[in-house]
Amino acid sequence: MTETLPPPRRDRPEPTFRGTPPFPEAAKAALANGQLRANLGRATATIRTKRAAVVEERADWEALRLAGAAIKDEVMRDLPALLAQLEERVTAAGGTVHWARDAAEANGIVASIVHDHGAGEVVKVKSMATQEIELNEALRLEGVDVWETDLAEMIVQLGHDLPSHILVPAIHRNRAEIRDIFIDEMGNVGRPAPAGLSDVPAELAEAARLHLREKFLRARVAVSGANFAVAETGTVVVLESEGNGRMCLTLPEVLITVMGIEKLVPTWRDLEVFLQLLPRSSTAERMNPYTSIWTGVTPGDGPQAFHLILLDNGRTDVLSDTVGRQALRCIRCSACLNVCPVYERTGGQAYGSVYPGPIGAILTPQLRGIAKHPVDKQTASLPYASSLCGACFDACPVRIDIPEVLVHLRGQVVRHSEATHRLPTPEGAGMGAAAWTLRTPRRLSLAERGAGLGSRVFARRGMLRRLPGPGPVGGWFRARDLKAPARESFRAWWRRTDGGRGGD
Amino acid sequence: MRIALFITCYNDLLYPEVGQAIVRLLRRLGHEVAFPAEQTCCGQMHFNSGYQDACIPLVQRFVDAFAGYDAVVTPSGSCASMVRRYHPLVAGLAADRGVDAGLPGRVATVSPTVYELSEFLVDVLGVTDVGARFPHTVAFHPTCHSTRLLGVGDRPTRLLAAVDGLTLVDLPRSEACCGFGGTFAVKNADTSVAMGLDKVDDVLGSGADVLTAGDTSCLMHIGGLLSRRGSPVRVMHLAEILASTGADS
Repeated sequence: MTETLPPPRRDRPEPTFRGTPPFPEAAKAALANGQLRANLGRATATIRTKRAAVVEERADWEALRLAGAAIKDEVMRDLPALLAQLEERVTAAGGTVHWARDAAEANGIVASIVHDHGAGEVVKVKSMATQEIELNEALRLEGVDVWETDLAEMIVQLGHDLPSHILVPAIHRNRAEIRDIFIDEMGNVGRPAPAGLSDVPAELAEAARLHLREKFLRARVAVSGANFAVAETGTVVVLESEGNGRMCLTLPEVLITVMGIEKLVPTWRDLEVFLQLLPRSSTAERMNPYTSIWTGVTPGDGPQAFHLILLDNGRTDVLSDTVGRQALRCIRCSACLNVCPVYERTGGQAYGSVYPGPIGAILTPQLRGIAKHPVDKQTASLPYASSLCGACFDACPVRIDIPEVLVHLRGQVVRHSEATHRLPTPEGAGMGAAAWTLRTPRRLSLAERGAGLGSRVFARRGMLRRLPGPGPVGGWFRARDLKAPARESFRAWWRRTDGGRGGD
Repeated sequence: MRIALFITCYNDLLYPEVGQAIVRLLRRLGHEVAFPAEQTCCGQMHFNSGYQDACIPLVQRFVDAFAGYDAVVTPSGSCASMVRRYHPLVAGLAADRGVDAGLPGRVATVSPTVYELSEFLVDVLGVTDVGARFPHTVAFHPTCHSTRLLGVGDRPTRLLAAVDGLTLVDLPRSEACCGFGGTFAVKNADTSVAMGLDKVDDVLGSGADVLTAGDTSCLMHIGGLLSRRGSPVRVMHLAEILASTGADS
């Protein structure tokens, strides 16, 4: 092989989600971006409709969902034994298994493997686990260039941007924006965009193909995630749509796979269920175009060194929470994002995590340890980033009751707050006062009478345009009026008229 | 049949006319309804906001107030779902904490007797034509907790379709959340308003002069946005339409 010139190093650090403000604030900024709203609205509406159609054609969809949930619950129950079985089978097939407690350990293992092989760059298949541990940034600090090869992931990387969707990370970009990014950025890191590039999808895809091919043919090390790993044979499975995964998984000499420990399935029979659930839920396809399946190393065919890194990074903490652990069933399909009315309007970056949307709102706080200790304000805001409409639970192919977990995590936020503050927060004080009032009908009657009197003073045609004085509910009035309390409550009316029998 | 009305705290305070409409409606159908004066609140606001322990006394009060009735009818799909789906969880918490070991048993007796209005009319009383007259163009918002948590399905629209003089128009994207979400409306006010304004656009586009639903909480949010816009479209609870005889509207 002829020695090629080292690839040009990118001059900026990889962006990360660190420093994202709490959800309400981040959402406010996103809501003000009209282009983002339009792109997201169009994209999520399209994929919602397509998903509904392919799910509709399966009469046994509910049975598949139940099976998916049951298999994942079985994996959680038998995780230690299944992981040991996986390690044994992968090792027997010529692979090497590494165990990583956290992001730093996992990144360190990847870096040392890359250095051992004397490589200065890696190509990557899109992987949530490696984004979670911020592998790209860690490798850059080690002097290793990292090339994302999934089209949307490459758009995000070239644009010095952050992903906003699990499956379609550049969902917030439209064609014209993508064309501009290609023209401005491709030449800085490899083969430039063809002259006169338009925003026709086929031309954009061809530009990406030419740019990436150079990297596929040159790279000696690839990094992937895993959609599934079959414990009984030590087999790893990656599903994708573009063929970039197949290139990464077969061309380089060394393959490193970073996999969350919950990605296991016990047997091939179990895998069959997920190969039906995942494509329909994610890309709204009956089957995804490329499914790569490998077991260890095959002499003379494909990568001759295979390293599997099993990543905990908070997962065993999640497992210890009997309500929250259902989040570990997640197969990263992103159906919950596409049906979420909050996500549809704010986009994914507002969640401040590689896991956005409803699943992110329950997974991120748990991975960051909310069950055990108080978390930062941004993390604590995530369980509240939902109207609890329940559309996510309906769409989830493994029946994660996301609203149930959201409410459960809100309880943990409140308990941490009560434990760490000597005085109650304004919200806590308000909730305490409300609970006190609601404890007896007599207190409630008195409060209702007071509110009714206030109404006589402040209401106009039965509506309030604001509340007198400052209050925790001020946000209500920015765009909304409020129905004023009735002058006579129902219970007062009932008492006065004997339930209407004594006249109105 | 012994029927009790669970008015819910915010209908009690903000929308007493909804409770009065249910009383009128049931009386017209030949049923007396009791109002147990000991009732206060189902505890949903506390439960959903993370104050689950504060919920325990409210659930204790609820089961005490409504024990012994054959059916409890309520004008809120959201509160009905709190009672049917989440009171058992709160009761479990009370038992785990050693606060009230008997609460799960009492909840298991009372919770299943609680019905949202359209469920009560269609499933318990077996009526869809309640003899109402309401000569208006009406759009129906199916509210998330009524549909996804309770599964009321087409019961409300069957009731509306049988109302004399009423023209029911399609609400585009009706299944989309209006953005109320309890304390979400305040904690995430900007997102809540963005969702609500899209709902308002759909309501205005539907050509309805009245928007109805089985929950005044969602209607309070959508109605508050309509009011601020100066829109003449009115929001009314399903009960008010079903109680109407045409004379009062």
